[in-house]
Amino acid sequence: MSTTSMPLAPAEIEWNLPRRGRVGMYSLIAAEAAIFTIFVVAYLFYIGKSLSGPMPRDVLSPPVFYTVCLLSSSLAIHFAGKSLRGGNVRTFGAWWLLTIILGAIFLYGTASEWHRLIDEDGLTISTNLFGTTYYSLVGLHGFHVVMGLLGLTTVMLFTFFGAVRQEHGERIEVLALYWHFVDAVWVVVFTVVYVIGR
Amino acid sequence: MSTESIAWPSTTAESRPFIDQLHEWVTTVDHKRLGILYIVYALVFLVIGGIEATVIRIQLIRPHNDFVSPQVFNRLFTMHGTTMIFFVIMPVLFGFANYLIPLMIGARDMAFPRLNAFSFWMTCFGGLLLYFSLVGANGLYGAGNAPDVGWFAYAPLTSRTFSVGHSTDFWTLALLVSGFGSIGTAINIIATVLCMRCPGMMLAKMPLFAWLNLIMAGLVILAVSPLTAAQIMLLVDRYLGGHFFDTQAGGSAVIWMHFFWVFGHPEVYILILPAFAFVSEIVPVFSRKPIFGYSVMVGATVAIGFISMSVWAHHMFTVGMSFAANTFFVISTMAIAVPTGIKIFNWLATMWGGKIEFRTPMLFCIAFLFQFLIAGLTGIMQGAAPFDWHLGSSYFVVAHFHYVIVGGILFALFGAFYYWFPKMSGKMSSETLGKLHFWLFIIGFHLTFDFMHIPGLLGMPRRIYTYEPGRGWDTWNLIVTIGVFFQAAGILVFLGNLIWSYFRGEAAGSDPWDAWTLEWSTNSPPPAYNFYSIPSVRSRRPLWDLKHPDDPDWKYE
Repeated sequence: MSTTSMPLAPAEIEWNLPRRGRVGMYSLIAAEAAIFTIFVVAYLFYIGKSLSGPMPRDVLSPPVFYTVCLLSSSLAIHFAGKSLRGGNVRTFGAWWLLTIILGAIFLYGTASEWHRLIDEDGLTISTNLFGTTYYSLVGLHGFHVVMGLLGLTTVMLFTFFGAVRQEHGERIEVLALYWHFVDAVWVVVFTVVYVIGR
Repeated sequence: MSTESIAWPSTTAESRPFIDQLHEWVTTVDHKRLGILYIVYALVFLVIGGIEATVIRIQLIRPHNDFVSPQVFNRLFTMHGTTMIFFVIMPVLFGFANYLIPLMIGARDMAFPRLNAFSFWMTCFGGLLLYFSLVGANGLYGAGNAPDVGWFAYAPLTSRTFSVGHSTDFWTLALLVSGFGSIGTAINIIATVLCMRCPGMMLAKMPLFAWLNLIMAGLVILAVSPLTAAQIMLLVDRYLGGHFFDTQAGGSAVIWMHFFWVFGHPEVYILILPAFAFVSEIVPVFSRKPIFGYSVMVGATVAIGFISMSVWAHHMFTVGMSFAANTFFVISTMAIAVPTGIKIFNWLATMWGGKIEFRTPMLFCIAFLFQFLIAGLTGIMQGAAPFDWHLGSSYFVVAHFHYVIVGGILFALFGAFYYWFPKMSGKMSSETLGKLHFWLFIIGFHLTFDFMHIPGLLGMPRRIYTYEPGRGWDTWNLIVTIGVFFQAAGILVFLGNLIWSYFRGEAAGSDPWDAWTLEWSTNSPPPAYNFYSIPSVRSRRPLWDLKHPDDPDWKYE
């Protein structure tokens, strides 16, 4: 055979494939989940193995308010996506802004907790095993919140300049998937750090 | 069936300035160019890693040899292992996946072309970072140059106390950075296979190559991420004074082993699944039969993917785990031999009764079948914990995993090079040089790795820079080293063949092997857009249907 091209008969079937953005984001989430799993395993493994204080029971208290903020931001971003699908860009922008504010409040919560731990309790990443695992796990999550907020803020700026339209709904929802993941991971981190580990 | 005649734009080398061509290659997002970049990059590191292996074997050719110092020997085996796994085999497999998957599933590019370029450059910088340690690792301490902690870098060797200077940091960062590249490529492969298939190509009609690489990508996501996490922890320990692997502060050295091997064993399957993919494409074409048991092959691959996530601690029998843990990992290790065995039988059944053509790619695949079987059998031997207590960290282990990686993966890879070289370059490679390469390499391989088992059984530990005479190891080590020179000669013939054929080979045409998958339906090398019009398929062998309209496959599938 030496023909240059062999076009094939078109098939007479419907052809629908999953959206690549979604599949890509789900794959990324799977990879991130694997990273978090290792950090969570390390945290659980090292509970109670610190040789010196401070211990979790002495210094940690569950950040309930900030947790509620972060989890409700998932609801906000859900309604944002719903508004955009309905073509209402202004409502979308409002919900989106609320998401960012709630995420930022959560981040402030983590920051103030760290400030208290370092300043008052003298717990740093090198103090003991608790410090090492705590700052790594919560810090890894905080890093993901920061990344998410950067993404959300970028979209907010686009919205502000009127560049976001109804047809971008699919892409916006891919970003929303990531944000939902960041929130879901917090449920695990909260359980491990403030419930099991305390 | 319309046979349109299309005037293809010339794809031969244009006489544009070199700087323009270089710019095009550096900024490219074309999956074929990135694939070739991956492959060429890996070949460069293959030569570097091969030289390291040769120096290691020269040092061990006789007792009390002083070709290199003990310190340099430690660096050599660390760099050899890290280079070969992360900067030769993974990039070259990603290169083939990148090049071939879109062509095989009838797409014009990968799902995320720019992510693809990003992933390549991350991998590339990872390799450069590893070798930059030769220059940069002295740092302020004036100690150490290349990493010398072994490719699995057990704690506490990696702690600041035992690894002064920055060599271990370069090792960590190299793996971290190339790990991001690997995860990016894996995401891309999954999205491409699931979302970019041409009309009619249902999952059950995909070439096995695409299936196996899909599972491989899934394993990369689940296995390389833990390595990334472990490297972050190591960085926290080394730079921020953390205690993850610091036994003085209650940390555990064993948990590093778990984290490393949670990556390390699936990694073996990440490397071997694409090799299976090559064999699954090459064997049918040169046996002139469709693959035997397609759906069972897919099922076995998925089974391997699942089981491979639960066998990691068979690398740790000698650590002293609980009875229950030992039993579990023995059983899971035995279990993974079943789907792997199914694959071997399927390839044999594909060849059975076929009209076998002994071209160079097929020769390498047949050698693969034979050698991979033996590698699997010594694997089962060591999968039994009591046997492993005896032979753990001996040269038997070294012989076993080189049998897998060289005898299995590398042979399949050479087959792939000879099989797809005409597609990538548009030129036929020299069959004479190919056969010379095959015989040199197979003689060298068996001299080296068959005989390497024996000093292992006689108690020779791995990673020793020299040994006492009179322990019965001397002759075996001499034979093993002699084999290395045959292999090195084979590699030189191989590289020479690639270069010579690229410039002087005869034109290949679009379909030199009379094959059946979509990549052979377009030009060699394919144009930037791959297909003039997006094809559509009705069976697993679309080109067979096209060539035999009277007896197409889709009537029977």
